[in-house]
Amino acid sequence: MLESMPAAPQATEQLNLRVSEGQTPSAPFESWGRYPRYGANVIPLHWQSDFSAIAPGLLNGALAVGMGRSYGDVCLLKDGNLLVTTGMNRLIAFDAETGLLTAEAGMTLAQILDFAVPRGFFLPVTPGTKYVTLGGAIANDIHGKNHHMAGTFGCYVTEFELVRSDGSRRVCSPTQNPDWYAATIGGLGLTGFISWATLRLKPIVSRLIDYEGIQFHGIDEFLALTEQSKDVEYTVSWIDVTSTGKNFARGIFMQGDHSQKRDTLAPSPKPKLVFPFDAPGFALNRLSVSLFNTAFFHKQFSKHSVAVQDYEPFFYPLDKVLRWNRMYGKRGLLQFQYVIPWEHAKEGTIAILHEVAKSGLASFLAVLKAFGDVPSPGMMSFPKPGITLALDFPIKPDRTFPLVHWLADMVYEFGGRLYPAKDAAMTAAQFQAFYPQWQQFARYRDPLLSSSFWERVTGESSGI
Amino acid sequence: MSDTQTSSTPRKILVLGATSGIAEATCRIWAAEGASFFLVARNAEKLAAVAADLKTRGASYIDTAVADLDDTDKHPALLAHAINSLTGMDIAYLAHGILGDQTHAEQDFNAAAQIIHTNFMAPVSLLTWLANFCVQRRSGTIAVLSSVAGDRGRRSNYAYGSSKAGLSAFLDGLRNRVDREGVKVITIKPGPVRTAMTAGMPKSEKFADVDAVAEAIVKAVAKGKDTVYVPFQWRAIMFVVRHIPERVFKKLNL
Repeated sequence: MLESMPAAPQATEQLNLRVSEGQTPSAPFESWGRYPRYGANVIPLHWQSDFSAIAPGLLNGALAVGMGRSYGDVCLLKDGNLLVTTGMNRLIAFDAETGLLTAEAGMTLAQILDFAVPRGFFLPVTPGTKYVTLGGAIANDIHGKNHHMAGTFGCYVTEFELVRSDGSRRVCSPTQNPDWYAATIGGLGLTGFISWATLRLKPIVSRLIDYEGIQFHGIDEFLALTEQSKDVEYTVSWIDVTSTGKNFARGIFMQGDHSQKRDTLAPSPKPKLVFPFDAPGFALNRLSVSLFNTAFFHKQFSKHSVAVQDYEPFFYPLDKVLRWNRMYGKRGLLQFQYVIPWEHAKEGTIAILHEVAKSGLASFLAVLKAFGDVPSPGMMSFPKPGITLALDFPIKPDRTFPLVHWLADMVYEFGGRLYPAKDAAMTAAQFQAFYPQWQQFARYRDPLLSSSFWERVTGESSGI
Repeated sequence: MSDTQTSSTPRKILVLGATSGIAEATCRIWAAEGASFFLVARNAEKLAAVAADLKTRGASYIDTAVADLDDTDKHPALLAHAINSLTGMDIAYLAHGILGDQTHAEQDFNAAAQIIHTNFMAPVSLLTWLANFCVQRRSGTIAVLSSVAGDRGRRSNYAYGSSKAGLSAFLDGLRNRVDREGVKVITIKPGPVRTAMTAGMPKSEKFADVDAVAEAIVKAVAKGKDTVYVPFQWRAIMFVVRHIPERVFKKLNL
């Protein structure tokens, strides 16, 4: 314990920021999938001016990162400098009339909720974890359970400041520097440093969600439920991707609306549970996963259940256990999320689900949803109208990667694409086919900034 | 919102070193309760960022001054101006300080003297003025950030540690003098905390979360504690550290 008492650092800049001199990595930084893992020089930022102050001294490239909740390598930079923005978490302004909130880019959605919920406001779009930063949400143009009505997170970002490594600063909005605005939303943090952003929150009168869960069997039933519930704000389905035969593509369609009944708007309690250790490699196997899936399916005893629940378990069931990714053991996990446009959405999804079930490799966190047709503001945004499926695979080196490459090819054949924030496996050729606009986007990249993802998918291509 | 109010009358708080990570986190809690602030820091841009944040979080009033607190000659005018601006003062929160560079301080007396000046001499000047002001009014709380590093000198940071040891001893004596006059003096001894000040240090999981530390400080101030270790585990740790016999201690690499 004594080793951790305050000691004088060996060499600190005036700003207390250690600048890379090509030395050995000073600290590990993992993405949420814990694969791949690379050494990097981790530099915490605390002030908006820190980026401009240190940029000229950074060798080996840099990448701004937040909470590291993206799964693959979009938040990593092998042997480069990772600028961790979570110390930049100040509010700048809030207008209780319009719900416009301006904050530094390192503020997390959890911190925004702590501030906004007691004031009667909620996030316009939220992913399945609240432990992501505002900057990260913009850089990945994230989506949530209300995509079919609301579109992506970027639709609610009215403006932000982009600082480039050459010292230039731009305020970007749909009308001011619109090309930089479009390149930066979904731009994977590569177009410059986002120092602050303004987000349009939406009013709520209660923490509660009117919830409804409906069992379904097969994609036809899923599509029928999707059609019936198109006016419900939040819809998402858990789907069993391991079962075949009569249980093929069984799932639970979960939907909810913010309760309109006035209720208390207290802030959330802090989470206490932490997944305590790395689970051994054999913990997730065919048997344990299929037992979980059967149990989850029947957790809901009736075909149809209705409840009123707090927004925390509705939106963030996994946030209750900090570091739950340790369940996948030291080797980590591979996420895989595609969208296939409506034209081939049904046949494509059925074909992919068959492949996944046959492989016996998938685990239990599989999520199915229909995307709506609100256009994404980002040049490189992932969502488009169709069906999206997200699932994860524990990493079995010899089997997982060939399967995921094969599935990615199928996605391409069906006219779909994969989500960079959840990818650690697609080939350069696959990426360039999914995002043919990538070269146009590359013109907006800041020469200092890169990511291991970007280096991987724009490097050597091996043919699709 | 009324459900977050814990005190009926918003308090008037003077913060010296307002851009320190621990001070900022503490002030966020007070701001949500509707406190009024006079904030002092060296860097105008950072000070403005902190002020905007506290204002947005619900501070009823904010005024600021850019000042280098090493300049003790300017303290009386600065403090008088701050208290006029706040129209009174319930809490003075002294949070400014530097970690310095131990290896540099070992070779260069001026580097050591700089640490002692910023962390000890300047607070002594501020505390002298503030304590006399509070005694005159027979009210007020003076909360000061010292450090566990002041509990025993160690080779890795004894320049910093001795400045904080001096500060802690000064505060003990000051409390002994003014407590009977209705003035609270609170010595806060944080262990290592993840903030900008420690950004250059190799991290371990023992580094405390700054928000948890801030909550403990707000509680200690509300209760009028004398000396508080944050997080509280450091009281036990430092008890052990203080009681290691010197003939053993001098051989350790701490």
